[in-house]
Amino acid sequence: MLEVKALEKSYGPKQAVRGVSFTVEKGTVLGFLGPNGAGKSTTMRMIAGVLEPDAGDALIDGKSIIANRRAAQAALGYLPEGAPLYEDMTPPEFLRFLAEARSLPRAGRRDAIDRAIADARISTVSHQRIRDLSKGYRRRVGLAGAILHDPPVLVLDEPTDGLDPNQKRAVRALIARMAPTKAIIISTHTLTEVPAMCHRAVLIDRGRIIADDTPAGIARRSEDGTLESAFTRLTDQVEDETQ
Amino acid sequence: MNGFLTRQMSGFSATYRRELGAYFATPMAYVFLAVFLLALGMFTWEAGRFFDTGVADLQPFFMWHPWLYMIFLPALAMRLWADEAASGTDELLLSLPVGIPGLVLGKLLAAWTVAAAGLVLTAPMWVSVNFLGPADNTAIALTYFISLLMAGAYLSIGAAVSALTGSQVAAFVISVVIAFVFTAAGWPLVLSTVQALFGTGFADLIARFSFITQFEGAQRGVLELRAVAYFLGFTATFAYLNCLWASRQRLG
Repeated sequence: MLEVKALEKSYGPKQAVRGVSFTVEKGTVLGFLGPNGAGKSTTMRMIAGVLEPDAGDALIDGKSIIANRRAAQAALGYLPEGAPLYEDMTPPEFLRFLAEARSLPRAGRRDAIDRAIADARISTVSHQRIRDLSKGYRRRVGLAGAILHDPPVLVLDEPTDGLDPNQKRAVRALIARMAPTKAIIISTHTLTEVPAMCHRAVLIDRGRIIADDTPAGIARRSEDGTLESAFTRLTDQVEDETQ
Repeated sequence: MNGFLTRQMSGFSATYRRELGAYFATPMAYVFLAVFLLALGMFTWEAGRFFDTGVADLQPFFMWHPWLYMIFLPALAMRLWADEAASGTDELLLSLPVGIPGLVLGKLLAAWTVAAAGLVLTAPMWVSVNFLGPADNTAIALTYFISLLMAGAYLSIGAAVSALTGSQVAAFVISVVIAFVFTAAGWPLVLSTVQALFGTGFADLIARFSFITQFEGAQRGVLELRAVAYFLGFTATFAYLNCLWASRQRLG
């Protein structure tokens, strides 16, 4: 479904991503973990075709994001960090814009929009402008935009960041509902939600993958068996090596 | 070739509709239209002495177009790309399977439509001049047409610079400066200085690239294809720069 092959990206002298590779199959939710500035967002932006990699490639549903960008992007739903939205639009207007921009077949547009609104549970706010919505609803509008065209691959950059526990639960439930039919990557800082939400976790630090395992498997690498201490131990280790 | 064009232009109509909606969803378009018409009216009557010329033409009206466009149209265009950068929606836009040229032209045409609405709303001026005496309506229609093309040229500067700077204020200031250069190049005050310094030949060359010079031909009522080609070519050049500057973001 999604194949990431040796992605590399530098900003000036700083190497943000140094050869990241992994594969995500349909039905898998992959947690993309790492400290701030580890290269999570940069990797996700390259997969989404927003940023051009210096080297490497990503195949989305078999289509190369480099050689066949538009076809690859058509098979991908992307929620950027912070879920940016057009504030002056209502959620249905926003979704209509996306449907038109994605050239979805005219006949199916209304159904696609209705389905996304129902799946993201935002029908109660559909008459309000996005700028007047709470953070939780805005995030769900962003998610509705990402799943509008029913893409086989979803890339969600911190979908639960900054939400209250109820809102987090709502977003997690939405992801769980979609999981069986899609390949999903989620980046997050909240390690406690990883075992509940993800089948697999990739830990990245300084642009390199340092662990790729089940959340339980990664947790076992620490003394007390928690994901959090494993996270600290593994990312500290990299720091020691580079010094 | 056809498929290539379709791919490049994908996203055009969605972007056009969204941007036009954005102008009218906020007070932006209404404020622009109100202030633009007010300023144009004031200059025409007060500074242009519309009723005192004793001639039934719109020369005191049209002569202000380049100068008002120079200030107002960068203000209209400054948000086109800078606003996306500020709110982070550019990331959303770049993740869509659309072509950058489609986005660029959709945005430009939306702003152009608002400017065209401003021109349409000056129609009472055209009507009243016909009450004053026999007016050359062909010449007036032609001048309106060239004025609209000129508006596109000013907007293309504003839109391209908006993509370059990513800040609305910077985009506005830089666009006005660029627009001023292309406007004032045909101004007698500037031309006489250039002539004194570099000679007549060079002054003529400068004048040829001025919006005012190109626009004046139209005001005499002659359809100069050169003016049409100039403004369209100018707009296309800046739209092309806009594409380059908008795709620059993909490189990081």
